[in-house]
Amino acid sequence: MSAAPNAPPSGAGKPHTQVGAPILRITALRKSYGAHEVLRGIDLDVARGEVVAIIGKSGSGKSTLLRCINGLEVFQHGSLIVDGRHLLHDNPKAMRELRQGVGMIFQNFNLFPHLSVGRNVMLAPHLVKRRPGPENAARARQLLARVGLAEKFDAMPDKLSGGQQQRVAIARALAMDPAIMLCDEITSALDPELVGEVLRVVETLAEEGMTLLMVTHEMSFARKVANRVIFMHQGLVHEIGTPAEIFGAPRTPELRQFLSSLQD
Amino acid sequence: MPDFTLWDILRNLALAARWTVALSLVAFLGGALVGLVLLLVRLAGGPWLGRAVGAYVQLFQGTPLLMQLFLLYFGLAALGFDTSAWLAACVALTLYASAYLTEIWRGCVAAIPRGQWEASASLALSFGQQFRHIILPQALRIAVAPTVGFLVQVVKGTALASVIGFVELTKAGGMIANVTYEPMLTYGCVALMYFVLCFPISLCARLLERKLAMRTLA
Amino acid sequence: MPLQLDFTSILVQWPLLLRGAAWTVGLTAVATLLGAALAIGCAWARSGGPLALRWLVGAYVELIRNTPFIVQLFFVFFGLPEAGIRLSPATASVLAMTINLGAYATEILRAGIEATPRGQIEAAESLALTRAQVFTRVVLPPALGKVWPALVSQIVIVMLGSAVCGQISTEELSYATNLIQSRNFRAFETYIVGTLSYLGLAILVRTLLNWAGPRFLFGR
Repeated sequence: MSAAPNAPPSGAGKPHTQVGAPILRITALRKSYGAHEVLRGIDLDVARGEVVAIIGKSGSGKSTLLRCINGLEVFQHGSLIVDGRHLLHDNPKAMRELRQGVGMIFQNFNLFPHLSVGRNVMLAPHLVKRRPGPENAARARQLLARVGLAEKFDAMPDKLSGGQQQRVAIARALAMDPAIMLCDEITSALDPELVGEVLRVVETLAEEGMTLLMVTHEMSFARKVANRVIFMHQGLVHEIGTPAEIFGAPRTPELRQFLSSLQD
Repeated sequence: MPDFTLWDILRNLALAARWTVALSLVAFLGGALVGLVLLLVRLAGGPWLGRAVGAYVQLFQGTPLLMQLFLLYFGLAALGFDTSAWLAACVALTLYASAYLTEIWRGCVAAIPRGQWEASASLALSFGQQFRHIILPQALRIAVAPTVGFLVQVVKGTALASVIGFVELTKAGGMIANVTYEPMLTYGCVALMYFVLCFPISLCARLLERKLAMRTLA
Repeated sequence: MPLQLDFTSILVQWPLLLRGAAWTVGLTAVATLLGAALAIGCAWARSGGPLALRWLVGAYVELIRNTPFIVQLFFVFFGLPEAGIRLSPATASVLAMTINLGAYATEILRAGIEATPRGQIEAAESLALTRAQVFTRVVLPPALGKVWPALVSQIVIVMLGSAVCGQISTEELSYATNLIQSRNFRAFETYIVGTLSYLGLAILVRTLLNWAGPRFLFGR
C-alpha cells in the first residue's frame, strides 16, 4: 500500500476543497415519500479519507440517506455538498459532474448483464471520461487484478459467483476515480462464505485512504474498519461516535436495544 | 355522378362492415372448433400425428394469408372446383385461425405443470378425463386473454377477402373511393371502422390479461 | 377427369420468382431497418418522454395495431396523393410496412425496456452516464436481447403481410406469382409454388435473424 492515508485517489484531480474541510457536508436534510417523512433533518460532515459505517434497523432511513448522496433519491429540504459541489437535482450536467466523484456499490451488484466483466468496468470511463481505449483497458485490467479477478476480464457477469460479481462492481466504481465511495449493504445478498472476499477488498480500500460511507449489517467489520459509526433511528442520526463508543458504551436505550437484538 | 356526403360514406361502410363481422365470426368459431380438434390430436395422437399438426401450424403461420386465399379461390377454380369468394374466404380464414388458435392453446396447456397430468393419471383418470376435468379448466383461464386478442387478428385478416372480390369493409371502401374520388377520406373512414371494431376487443384482451396477472400474483 | 398437376411450367419461370423473392426480402429489409429505428425512438419517448409525446406514440401504436395492413397500404398509396404526396408503389409499400412494423416493435420493445431491473439504471446513473447513454448502452441492449425472438417473429409477419403490396403493383413475390399464373393458366400449381416460396423465405429470414441478432446486435 504505497498511497499515503488521506491522499486523494490517483486521477481524482485536485480536491475542490482545502485540506481539512469535509469532503461531504450534509445540512438539515429532509426527505419524505408523500406524507411519510423518512429523513427528518440530517446533519453530517465526513472528512477526506474517513471511513463511516451507518447502522440501524431497516426502515431507519440509512439506505435512503446513502442514496441521497448521489442523487438516486430526491430530497425536499436541506443541502448536500460533495467535494465542493452542491447537489442540484434538476441540473443534469451538475448531477453528472457530482456523480463522477461519487462511486456506488449496490446490494444486488447491478452489473450490466449484456457486457463482459471488462466492458462493465470500461463503459463509464469510455463514455463519461472519454478515456482512450488502450489506457481504459489497461486500467480495467489493473483494477480487476486489484480485486483478484484479473482472469475474468472476458467473462460474462452471469458466469460469476455473487462475491465475484460484487468485486467487479467495486472495480467498476473505482474506474471512475471517485473521491468517495458509497456501499449500500454490499454483502447482504451474498452467501455467508462469499462475504469475506468482498469485505477484504473494501478493507484494502479503506487502508489506501478511500473515503467510505457504508450501510452495513456486518458489525464486526464496522468495528474493525470504521473511524466513526452512525446509528440511525426513525430518520435521524440518533447516536454518533467511534466504534469503541458505539459498540462499547452505547448511550441511548434505542442503540442498546438495537445492539442486543443483533446478539440473538 | 352521385354526390356522396360523409354520412353516405359512413352508412355504406357500416352496411359492408356487417360482412366483415359475419366473416370474422365464422372464421373465429370455425377456427376454434378445428383448432380444438387439432389440439387434442397433438396432445393424444402420438408423435407422428403431433408432428403433422406442427407442420400444419408452420405452414399456415409461415405463409401469407393472401396466398392461402389465392390458392383456395383461383387455385381450386383452375382445378375445376367452383368456389364462391364467400366460401373460399370462410375456409381460408378458418384454417388460418385454427392454426394460430391451436398453437396458442398448446402453449397454455404446456404452461400447466406436468405434475397435474401425473397426479390425475395416478388417480386412474383417462386421458379424456384428465384433459376435461383437470387440465382444461386451468388452461382455459390463461387462454382467454390471448384468444380474445387473436380475434383482432381475425377481423383484420378478413380485409384480405376484398382482394378475391368479396365485398366487405375494405372492398366497399375501394368501391366508394372510386366513385367519390376521395380515397383519403374513404380509407380514413374504413380505418376508423376497423378501429371501432378492433379496439374494444384489444382493450378487453388487455383487461383480461391484467386481471389474470393479478389473480396469479394474489 | 383425373387431376393432373404440372409444375414444370412454373419452375421454368424461376427468374421471375427469384426477382419477386428478392423484392420481398428487399422491402422487408428496408422496412425492418427504418421500422426498428422508429420503434426505438417511440419506445424511448414512451418510457421517458414528455406526456404529450407519450400520448401521441400511444395513439399511433393503437391505431396501427387495430387496423388491417391492407387498409394502411391503400391509405398511403391511394389516399396520400389527395394531399399531394404521390409515392411509387415500392416507396408506398416500404412506408406502410415501416409504419406497421414500427407500431408493433414499439410495443415489443417497451415490454423489454420495462423488464430492465431498476438497479441497472441506478448503477449507470451512479457512474455519471447521461440519460441518452443510460438508454442506449444499458437499457436498450439487454432489452433488445430479451425481446429479439418476438421482434424476429414480427419481422416475419410483416414480410408475409407484404404479399398485399402486389395489389398496388409492387413487383414482389405475390405479384410475380400472379404474373406467372396469368401466363401459364396453371393457377393451382403456381400458387402452391408461390406459397411454398414464402414459407422458404420465412424460415430463411427467421433462421438468419435469430443467428445474427445475438452475434452482431447485442454482442454476446
